[in-house]
Amino acid sequence: MDLLIGIPAFNEETMIGKVLKSLPKRIPGIDRIDILVVDDGSSDRTAAVAKNSGALVLRHIINRGLGGALKTIFAYAGKYRYDLLVTIDADGQHHPADIVKILRPVIDNGKDVVIGTRWKNSLKKKFILRYLINQLANFYTFLLYGIETGDSQSGFRSFSGKAVKKINLSSDGMEVSSEFFREIYRHGLIYDEVPVKLIYTDYSQGKGQRLSNAPNVFFRQFLRLLR
Amino acid sequence: MPFTFTQIFLSLFLLFAISRVVIRFREGILPLLGFAFWLAVFGFAIVIVLFPGLTSVLATVVGIGRGADFVIYVSVSLIFFLIFRLYIYLEDIRHDITEIITHLALENKKRKNARKTS
Repeated sequence: MDLLIGIPAFNEETMIGKVLKSLPKRIPGIDRIDILVVDDGSSDRTAAVAKNSGALVLRHIINRGLGGALKTIFAYAGKYRYDLLVTIDADGQHHPADIVKILRPVIDNGKDVVIGTRWKNSLKKKFILRYLINQLANFYTFLLYGIETGDSQSGFRSFSGKAVKKINLSSDGMEVSSEFFREIYRHGLIYDEVPVKLIYTDYSQGKGQRLSNAPNVFFRQFLRLLR
Repeated sequence: MPFTFTQIFLSLFLLFAISRVVIRFREGILPLLGFAFWLAVFGFAIVIVLFPGLTSVLATVVGIGRGADFVIYVSVSLIFFLIFRLYIYLEDIRHDITEIITHLALENKKRKNARKTS
């Protein structure tokens, strides 16, 4: 089985090297692991650092947003027919050892999409506003697509080869996280989630989705429904 | 019934708008549905400009007090609809740009690999 680990990155020269170094080199049951960084039009040395760290790098000549970068990762994974795909954030907020954890349900239990959920009780208290907005997004996702999730906005996901082929993303921005659920619903993909460790640093908090962006994400998601 | 200068000026302007719609349709830029929509909008506007009394009749029919109110309600609804269409159009363009950028990123990779192997 071939696995692609896809990392969307925008101006991440500080962290991308560390993230790439920390990724597992071998996983039981996986024959080959490729790491792809999609540099989404960064103005810093993200692409160069990623390349020096041994990753495959695809560059967007202009910034298209998280959805655009994920679209390129899916296009690459589909084109080269990977059996498995994992997407992970470039800001170091995910624990690389959890990659095995989110892959297991796909490999062992035939799940198509598995999302790593981040909200432990201690974190809920610490980042109460962020948690509440996330809950609102989860509820919104449930209303739109009827899928219950503990963390619709998590960027830590694993996909089966079937899911890679079926999922077609159209959002450019942060609303892509909810769009995955539309695709799960639309194609009848088998969904699961597993709790993962969250490494919340000042850096990753600054890089993550801005709370002020939430209304815009909801609005755009809603308008998409009316198309 | 003699028409005022404003009525004649507005009607001529609307006729000009209709001529643009017809040209766009002939050039194949505007689909049949779009052509019919704009023709109906501008045609209706000309009728209202030339016979403003009609708005009162229409207002009574749809249960709105004054003819002027009817015109405002219809105009606001139309503007909202057009803004929505414009938004969708922009979204489609954004989406197309992303498609191109994705395609270019993959093509560049292919070309670099080809150079390495040649």
